[in-house]
Amino acid sequence: MNTKRKELIVSAISNGTVIDHIPADKVFQVIRILDLEESEKEIYFGTNLVSKKYGRKGIIKISEKYFKPSETDKIALVAPTATLIEIRDYEVTRKTTVNIPDSIERIAKCFNPNCITNKEQVPTKFKVIKIDGEIKLACHYCEKNTSQNNMVFN
Amino acid sequence: MKNRSLISISDYSKEEIMQILEIAAEFEKKPHQNLLNGRVIASLFFEPSTRTRLSFESAIQKLGGNVIGFSSAATSSVQKGESLKDTILTVCNYSDLIVMRHPVDGSARFASEVASVPIINAGDGANQHPTQCLLDLFSIKKTQGTLENLEVTFVGDLKYGRTVHSLVIALCQFNTKFHLVSPVELKLPSAVKRHIKEANLQYEQYTDFSEVIPKSDIIYMTRIQRERFPDPLEYEKVKNAYILDNSMLNNAKENCRILHPLPRVNEISINVDDNPKAYYFEQALNGVFVRQALIASILGLK
Repeated sequence: MNTKRKELIVSAISNGTVIDHIPADKVFQVIRILDLEESEKEIYFGTNLVSKKYGRKGIIKISEKYFKPSETDKIALVAPTATLIEIRDYEVTRKTTVNIPDSIERIAKCFNPNCITNKEQVPTKFKVIKIDGEIKLACHYCEKNTSQNNMVFN
Repeated sequence: MKNRSLISISDYSKEEIMQILEIAAEFEKKPHQNLLNGRVIASLFFEPSTRTRLSFESAIQKLGGNVIGFSSAATSSVQKGESLKDTILTVCNYSDLIVMRHPVDGSARFASEVASVPIINAGDGANQHPTQCLLDLFSIKKTQGTLENLEVTFVGDLKYGRTVHSLVIALCQFNTKFHLVSPVELKLPSAVKRHIKEANLQYEQYTDFSEVIPKSDIIYMTRIQRERFPDPLEYEKVKNAYILDNSMLNNAKENCRILHPLPRVNEISINVDDNPKAYYFEQALNGVFVRQALIASILGLK
C-alpha cells in the first residue's frame, strides 16, 4: 500500500516515458537538455523524492513520447544513474539505462572563455573522454578539457 | 596532405611529419623554386606576429607566389564587427590557401570547417602553433640526426607555452624521454601529460634546472611571463631560477643544442649566443624551409 502511494506522488501516465533515478538537483538540467521546455506533451516532474537507492531523486514523466537512445544518451553526463521506462497502456514495456556517448554537440558549453564557441556563433562539439576515471569533455575547437564540475549545459 | 588544412600538429601522422621534414630539407638546399607561379596566398594576421608573418611571407615569395592580407585586426573588417566566418568566406574567393593567426582558441579549426580552401594555422590563441612545432622538429632532426630516442628538456613556462604543448605531443611519437623543468605554478597541464602517459613514455618533473643539463640532447627554453603570476612576489621568487647561463653548459653533452621559440628576454644569457650549442637563431631560419614545404605539399606541388 505504502509503495503504491509513493509511486503516485507524481501522476501515472498511460503511454509515454518515465525517466527515473535522476539526481535530485539535475531534474531541471535534464528537462533543458531534452528540450522538454519546447514540448507540447503532458509532462510531470518531481524532485527531492525519497529513493531507497539514492536517498533523494528526481523523476520526469512525459506523455505520448518515446526517445531514441541518441536523444537520451545526452543526459548521461548529468544523470548517469537515470533509468528510462517506457509505458504502454499503463504497463512497463521496456526499461533501459543511459550510456555516456562518445561525442556531444550543442548541449554543453566549453569552459574556456577564450574558445571560439564562446566568442562567435559557433555550436559546440566535444569528444567525451575519460582521464583517470573522470569524465571530461574535450573541445573539438580549442582542444581544452572541461571537467565534470565545470560542465554547463545549454 | 594535398588540400588538407593543418590546424593542430596531431592532424598529421608520424609519416606525414617526416615527409614534410624531408621536403623542407630539399628547400634548405634550394630555397628559390618558382612552384607557386603567381598563385595567391592570403596571410590573415588578426593579431600581430612579426616573426611568424615574415617567415610565411618569405616562404611564399621564395616559392614565386603572391601574398594578400593584413597584419593586424585593426586594419581588417573585424574592426567593423565582421564575424570570422564572413571574413574567411570572403577571402576564400581571392586566394588558393589561407595562412591565419588569430587570438581566439579554436578559431583556426572553425575557419577550416567553413573555408573552401585549405587553412594553415599560424597560431590560434593559446591553443596550437603547428608550424612552429614542425620547425622545432626539423631543428631537432637536423642537429641530432634523428628524432628517435632523445632526451628532451623543457624549461620555463610549461603551462601556457603552446609551442611546448605541441612539441611534447609530437615527440610522443618518437620514444622521447621528457624532462620537465618549471616552477610549480607553471607545470605542464594534465591534458598534455596524458599524451606522454598514453604513449607509455618516461617523464620527470623538476623545479631545479641544473641537474638535468648533463642528460639533455635538447634543451628547449621558454620565457616566463610576469603576468602569469597572480602574486608578483611569487614571480620574484622564481624569475631567476630558470635562466640559462653559459657557465651551466660546461657539463652538457657534446651533441646538446639549445632551442627557443623566440622572442627571448633574459631566460638565455647573451653569453650563451656564441656557444656552438646555441641554436635558436638557426632554428628561426628553418621556419622558412618548413613553411615552404607545407605550402608546396598542401597545394599539391611537391
